[in-house]
Amino acid sequence: MAGKTLYDKLWDAHLVQQRADGSALLYIDRHILHEVTSPQAFEGLRLADRRPWRLDTNIATPDHNISTDREERAAGVDAIPDETSRIQVKTLDENCESFGIREFKMNEMGQGIVHVMGPELGASLPGMTVVCGDSHTATHGAFACLAHGIGTSEVEHVLATQCLVTKKMKNLLIQVDGELGTGVTAKDVILAVIGEIGTAGGNGYAIEFAGQVFRDMSIEGRMTVCNMAIEAGARVGMVSVDDKTIAYFKGRRFAPTGEMWDRAVSYWRTLQSDSDAVFDKTVVISGSDIVPQVSWGTSPEMVVPVTGSIPRIEDEMDPVKRQAIEHALKYMGLQGGSPVTSIPVDRVFIGSCTNSRIEDLRAAAAIADGRKVASTVKQVLVVPGSQMVKAQAESEGLDQIFIEAGMEWREPGCSMCLAMNADKLGAGEHCASTSNRNFEGRQGNGGRTHLLSPAMAAAAAIAGHITDVRSLKQGSMA
Amino acid sequence: MKVFTVHKGLVAPMDRANVDTDMIIPKQFLKSIKRTGFGPNLFDELRYLDEGQPGQSGRERPLNPDFPLNWSRYQGASILLARENFGCGSSREHAPWALEDYGFRVIIAPSYADIFFNNCFKNGLLPIVLNENIVSNLFREAEQNPGYQLTVDLPRQRLIKPDGEELSFEIDPFYKQCLLEGLDEIGLTLKQADAIHAYEAQHEIDCPWLFHAIK
Ligand code: SF4
Repeated sequence: MAGKTLYDKLWDAHLVQQRADGSALLYIDRHILHEVTSPQAFEGLRLADRRPWRLDTNIATPDHNISTDREERAAGVDAIPDETSRIQVKTLDENCESFGIREFKMNEMGQGIVHVMGPELGASLPGMTVVCGDSHTATHGAFACLAHGIGTSEVEHVLATQCLVTKKMKNLLIQVDGELGTGVTAKDVILAVIGEIGTAGGNGYAIEFAGQVFRDMSIEGRMTVCNMAIEAGARVGMVSVDDKTIAYFKGRRFAPTGEMWDRAVSYWRTLQSDSDAVFDKTVVISGSDIVPQVSWGTSPEMVVPVTGSIPRIEDEMDPVKRQAIEHALKYMGLQGGSPVTSIPVDRVFIGSCTNSRIEDLRAAAAIADGRKVASTVKQVLVVPGSQMVKAQAESEGLDQIFIEAGMEWREPGCSMCLAMNADKLGAGEHCASTSNRNFEGRQGNGGRTHLLSPAMAAAAAIAGHITDVRSLKQGSMA
Repeated sequence: MKVFTVHKGLVAPMDRANVDTDMIIPKQFLKSIKRTGFGPNLFDELRYLDEGQPGQSGRERPLNPDFPLNWSRYQGASILLARENFGCGSSREHAPWALEDYGFRVIIAPSYADIFFNNCFKNGLLPIVLNENIVSNLFREAEQNPGYQLTVDLPRQRLIKPDGEELSFEIDPFYKQCLLEGLDEIGLTLKQADAIHAYEAQHEIDCPWLFHAIK
């Protein structure tokens, strides 16, 4: 019999019941809640007079529509200007209070974007099943969690039963061999993967990322990669456990200690695909071929190397793709054939659950250090992913580097990733953004998003247009 | 979820094809934190003459006199007659929430959009499929006879007209059972509570560090 993949192992370890119709009950170890997708679930529990099955598996925090402005934030929940946002945040507070769920409140240490705070607190740990009413939950797969995004009905279902009704997916191996060049980051790798397999390439699959490039990558880098599995069409993206994984969790707030830690570690070490495991599909990419990536269009697969050009309609033979390119060029206000470095930038956003961890901020600060934001750029937002990231960055003096460069240092939250709060693009504005979605209107009505890495975003802020961070580095840094 | 066995109720017509979920409950109401309370905004754009905003009271708003649900003869209706492809468009679960909150328990139409159809069963609404001619007849009879009521007998899968004529309908046995027992998916899963407890006990032995409270 063939060996098991990492996904097979995690699935088997959490299977409560396999049903005849192919669906299964999967046990959930950690459920993370935020203010937008949870209110109806709590209300459903109340209406049906149900209690959460196991309170201690739930953890909550507000992130999506809280203000990132320092003064507004300091004024507290009652001062959130938009009424619907305020009600959503208050409702989360009330629900957590009345059901007894541990919430990291808006201005409390530990609060942050769900996918940043969960791992850094050790609330999500290797080998867990993790769910959250948010499609980027795959982030937690970076340390061998089976992590799914779920809908509101499922949030209620998990609260009430500790289980998810789901079907097993197929296994997809994405292997990136070799070494990355200087200036090439985790974000460039995942954008290149999406460019290669397309936004539907992972449909129906659980992805495992393997190969030298991921072995060399930090845990934070792996989170950036797994975070965007959903943009490659897969609900789940994972990397197996190695020494780095274990070192990352040692001493985290909710990580086990003492003898329990040792037992956990010996289990975690088994969380790897067997050498004879069979994948339903394998994609192999050479890491040394990847250069910094930039999205030019309105889907994450519309991505090109920074050294490349915006595609021309006439070069595409497939009529459906042709139409998509035509539509995207029009929306983005771009000319096919021109180099991507010719795209001017109006605003820059460094943040989101993809790229708002300390390493991301360090990478951006290394570029911003001693330089100034171009006069044509209206605003550069630097939004740490959590209170802990913010505190760490400030202790390293990164906030001062950003401020001196002419950037805004904000309070932790989702911010301009989805523009549910006041951080928005104006119509027609181009934004160099470290977030994960470049759909029409995602960052504000009519806004034009270019996805790229934190270093590339900082470089664009300095240059005033999309630019190759590698040339900037050589240009002036001592 | 409410148990559904036999239901007798007043019939109201929604005489247009391809009614989408945005028509059933417009997007400005999705910001709500509730699953209930969508009833006053069901078919908002058709029902009122002004543009609806969340938090308004429906009573002060100008009603559209041409919309049948506003007519006195259809007040208290619980069975909605509809045309083909009812509930198409966005997958919002707010659409069945709004219909249920308004007071509907049954919809009768020649066809439905997939996701909407499934969402109905999760929320105690029975969507009945009947062929187009039969549905057209029902529209005519409901219109000609004020106070027209139908009885829906789910166990026997029969629709009983005021004159005693019976029409049979098909339903997936799994969904039928869910409605008859008032089971939602959570209710169904909770029937396996023993299996979940058994799994949990073993899981705690295998991975005890996962059973430490978050503080
Ligand atoms: S940062 Fe963006 S993608 Fe991530 S959870 Fe928040 S809104 Fe979703």
